Amino acid sequence: MSAHANLERRRQAIYGWLLLSPAAVLLTLFAFYPSIATLWSSMFSRGTRRRPSEFVGTENYADLFADPTFWIVVKNNLLYAGVTIPVSIFIALSMALWANSKISARGFVRTAYFTPTVLPMIAAANLWLFFYTPGLGVLDQIGSLFGLPSVNWLGQPETALWAIIIVTIWKEAGFFMIFYLAALQTIPEDLKEAADIEGASRWTYTRRIVLPLLMPTTLFIAVNAMINSVKLIDHLFILTKGGPSDASKLILYYIWEMAFAFFDAPSAAAMTIMVIVVLGIVAAIQFFYLDKRTHYQ
Amino acid sequence: MKGLIKFLDSFGAILLAIIWIAPLLFAFWAATHSTSDAVNLNLFSAWTLENFRVAWSGAPWLKYFINTFLLVTVILIGQFILTTLAGFAFAQLQFPGKDFVFILVLMQLFILPEVLIVENYAMVSRLGLFDSTLGVGMPYMASAFGIFLMRQSFKGVPIELHEAARIEGCGLLGILWRVYVPLAKPTYLAYALVSVSTHWNNFLWPLIVTNSPETRPLTVGLSIFGAPENGVDISIISAATLMSVAPLLIAFLIFQRQFVQAFLRAGIK
Repeated sequence: MSAHANLERRRQAIYGWLLLSPAAVLLTLFAFYPSIATLWSSMFSRGTRRRPSEFVGTENYADLFADPTFWIVVKNNLLYAGVTIPVSIFIALSMALWANSKISARGFVRTAYFTPTVLPMIAAANLWLFFYTPGLGVLDQIGSLFGLPSVNWLGQPETALWAIIIVTIWKEAGFFMIFYLAALQTIPEDLKEAADIEGASRWTYTRRIVLPLLMPTTLFIAVNAMINSVKLIDHLFILTKGGPSDASKLILYYIWEMAFAFFDAPSAAAMTIMVIVVLGIVAAIQFFYLDKRTHYQ
Repeated sequence: MKGLIKFLDSFGAILLAIIWIAPLLFAFWAATHSTSDAVNLNLFSAWTLENFRVAWSGAPWLKYFINTFLLVTVILIGQFILTTLAGFAFAQLQFPGKDFVFILVLMQLFILPEVLIVENYAMVSRLGLFDSTLGVGMPYMASAFGIFLMRQSFKGVPIELHEAARIEGCGLLGILWRVYVPLAKPTYLAYALVSVSTHWNNFLWPLIVTNSPETRPLTVGLSIFGAPENGVDISIISAATLMSVAPLLIAFLIFQRQFVQAFLRAGIK
């Protein structure tokens, strides 16, 4: 009997590893090995024809910390995250509350909110280019109706990053809305009725009942928005290319530029490692801390 | 009072909706009018399809469309095969090292392929896949997200069905193919919609790995077409943009409900 059980266990182990192997090979090739290789190459100097690359320890990191552009980029990305995350969550929540209430033209409203989600970021950037172009763009045309001077939204350091931020919010809010929408539909009707009987105002009902019940969804969306604030950079290629004078440059764009425009792979690797560490901390916080605090069952 | 609040609600919702699709509407407007009419917002000017004709002849769009289509197909097939096998192993088989490997897979959810562009580029070149559709697609095939999704879906299959098929003499792969895969159809559909729209829209990685019109997908083609160095005007860029988003946008408008359901199913763990 135990021989049979043993055989079965062995069979399952063999099958298990066989079934896993294709995925394991690709994950190793394109996730695990590259992560370790990135860490490794971040500790070597940039090889030139005269001087081959050699081990330099943390020198690449020290160089980055001494690089003023790096700090501008970090500051930009923090602002980018700090604005896009809360604003798109707030707009997504408003959209969901509206799209879930009994208003006229609800179908149209839902479609309109969600449509940007299916567009590529590159296309979104092209659409917004028409808004931002100085003189000819829609924003300037509207401004000139009120006698406002022409503004080069993408061409001046004060506004370039904000122009980028607006496109990101426009792109992701509708996507986040559907998660709220789904969560809203699981809230039982009786709660609304009970609140009405108690004479609670709509505001009280929303703040005291709906928002707490939406907390797990908000967390899920916040993590997604945080990941997006690292990876949504495609529109930079069309709208600003990180300029003017680095005013709208974000980390991933800078990594790309370092590696594929300046051919400085070690610096790119050092920055990549820092991004991975930050993402890892976010993941750890989500897994070990917040997940426990937002379950009500 | 109630009526007023309801009116304000509808008003706010519709106003936001109009703001939200305004960029698309303006692009449509610009694409169907001559450049000077478009920028002057001349409401009574003549409609034209000239911009689409100019845009279409300005780049090998048909090739780009085919490339994107091939790319999303290759990725989807690869993902289906890999995530089905791995998801099944994680969901229904017991073997040593399973939990450890599963944690490794979950880690990949946070190490985004986008962040590893430099080393992945080196890897693709090493494998001789630079500037090929397979090279663009390969890093996405063993999607941790997909493995997780399939595992969840397979875990929901009643064990009785598994046992019944085994008693009938079905092998393990037979059970997977005849019992688990058919029951997970909605998950496959949801995953397919999410995967196709993600990779139809992906830009940074294809930009790095492709180097010729032979493999370039639409997004990269569009960014090159619209580059300021090419001096293309706004009406023609709008026409090109609308052309390249049209297939996905039309599909979305037709299958809206399924799309939204798909994103939901994929997003909620």
